[in-house]
Amino acid sequence: MRVDMSLPWWAWALMGVGLALFAAMVVLSVRRNHGVKRSLFAAPYSLWMILFTIVPVILIAYYAFTDASGAFTLDNFRHFFDSNYSKNQLYASLGPEAAAFITRGTVNVDTLVYSLWMAFLCTGICLLMGYPAALFMADRHMKLGPSLVVLFIIPMWMNFLLRTIAWMSLLEDQGLINQFLRWLGFDGVQLMYNSGAVLLGMVYNYLPFMVFPIYTVLSKQDPKLGEAAQDLGCNEIRTFTRVTLPLSLPGVISGITMVFMPSVTTFFIPRMLGGGNSMMFGDLIESKFLTEGSWNVGSALSLIMMLLILLSLSILRKADPNGEGGGMV
Amino acid sequence: MKKLLCILVTLVLMLPVCASAQEVVNVFNWEDYIDESVLIQFEQETGIHVNYMRFTTNEDMIVQVEANPGAFDVCFPSDYIVERMLSKDMLAEIDYDKVPNAQYILENLRSPDYDPNNVHSLPYMWGTVGILYNTTMVEEPVNSWGILWDSKYKSNVFMLDSFRDSMGVTLKYLGHSMNTRDIIALESCKDKLIEQKKNGIVKAYQVDETKDKMVAGEAALAVMWSGDAQYAIDLNPDLAYSIPSEGSNIWIDAMVIPRNAQNMDNALKFIDFLCRPDIAQKNCEAIWYSSPNSGAIELMGEEYTENPVMNPTDEEVARCEFFHDIDETFMPVYTALWQEVKNAK
Repeated sequence: MRVDMSLPWWAWALMGVGLALFAAMVVLSVRRNHGVKRSLFAAPYSLWMILFTIVPVILIAYYAFTDASGAFTLDNFRHFFDSNYSKNQLYASLGPEAAAFITRGTVNVDTLVYSLWMAFLCTGICLLMGYPAALFMADRHMKLGPSLVVLFIIPMWMNFLLRTIAWMSLLEDQGLINQFLRWLGFDGVQLMYNSGAVLLGMVYNYLPFMVFPIYTVLSKQDPKLGEAAQDLGCNEIRTFTRVTLPLSLPGVISGITMVFMPSVTTFFIPRMLGGGNSMMFGDLIESKFLTEGSWNVGSALSLIMMLLILLSLSILRKADPNGEGGGMV
Repeated sequence: MKKLLCILVTLVLMLPVCASAQEVVNVFNWEDYIDESVLIQFEQETGIHVNYMRFTTNEDMIVQVEANPGAFDVCFPSDYIVERMLSKDMLAEIDYDKVPNAQYILENLRSPDYDPNNVHSLPYMWGTVGILYNTTMVEEPVNSWGILWDSKYKSNVFMLDSFRDSMGVTLKYLGHSMNTRDIIALESCKDKLIEQKKNGIVKAYQVDETKDKMVAGEAALAVMWSGDAQYAIDLNPDLAYSIPSEGSNIWIDAMVIPRNAQNMDNALKFIDFLCRPDIAQKNCEAIWYSSPNSGAIELMGEEYTENPVMNPTDEEVARCEFFHDIDETFMPVYTALWQEVKNAK
């Protein structure tokens, strides 16, 4: 998709300044050491970042703080707190009969709360299921470990949309699971078209992102540490709680980050498995851009979500100050 | 280093230039809305490459066309969106000297309200909105939209995830026009839809998935467009289609050329090609919407003319109304109400 090119001069100037700053940084880093610095090799990636991360974020910020004509406004953020904002303004101008219907719309706030709650549940379930799995896979005495790793990786070779659609044909009322239940003589159960199915789809899709960081940290742990703890009188439980678990925390934190972020922004899964019965914030933003065509409000909602993610990342970072788990930011 | 940067930037900027050597036509059509072999045939006959892109709802389409001027040469908006595109001066006039096959378009569809004399648009397909139902699950006659609120069919109804259609049929059920601007009517329409959702009658809000799920027997009732209904009936003879007595929506999907199209001549050639009777027949037989093409109807014969879904009676057509466009100042009312329905738990 091409970007709308009709931006005012100052937006172009802003991007120009960004690019110039980047070029200046590169030039300065060369000059200072009278030779080519190693960080210079990151230049292609930095350019990529600027074109496809920094510039889009600037664009989103620009749209979030302007109205359709390009003038500065904060109205888009009022839309977040009152999803009926435009409707109410129109009703107010239509006389007392319409004005009686003015109510504050809670759609956006509700959807965000629901998304955060679902992401929280998804992360929690992934952690509870993923940690023991990682522990099992990393155990040197376990012959099955390596084949489990492969089993976790194989589904990731397939596109996540396909995997979600495959879940549909399992969970549908006429799907495989229900056909099997009926064949056994039971009544069918409605597995799909509800939040539970959405949560299942999310956990299924994001579980590997929890397992692998933990697995990596655990498999690198020196087995001698555990042996030493036991020599010094720890039983197995205390060895786990005092040695293994604290040392694996960086992996846990990175896993939480990798699961929580895409969970909050999930879309498509609610529409496919939830039957569109409860929107998540990602669906809402998509509908602002695609169905309603209100890019300004959509950008404001995106910006609010980005801020929330940044906030939760910075909290996580406090828990892992050295960034050993490879957590982002 | 500066040189390297310059080269990189130049390369990135040149990418779109390199890609446009061959003659092309950029077509933006509905999902599942053409016999795709027709596209290959067009390329073979004319040597013009078809960049075929798809959309799911009218609203998605117009947002894309506005955001990407020049990206599309032929689009397929519905009647009320043609009206909106005309009011925004987005459409080019069709040069009928280059579209001789336009003569096959049925006379009674040649001068619709939304575009008198078809100056900017030509009908591609037309149809109605109705209820597709499974006769093994629904025993009573289906002749009112009210059946979509009947608690007998709890968790057994698919609604369209498209606010004009879902709110439109509700407005009809409540005795209003589908184009109403009456605040009280619209608010009660929202309450009715929320009631339907809270009572657990709606199984899902979806668009393209519905027809295949109805074939599989996933639900008893669905709000459906006539062509999708016919597609499903062909695959599952237990299904039937009805246009409720309160009336419904009749629509035309048209072919238009955006004013800023880059390949105007190729667009006209493509439209002319789609109006050719044998091609119109292929498309009609692939998607089973009603054809506006007299030549194609003649070729299809009784198989088409005897079909009740594709040939609604005059009395049924008289009950139906076209959508009219809702302008930008009033649109927030519709979208905010629909969002509240979607958000209700």
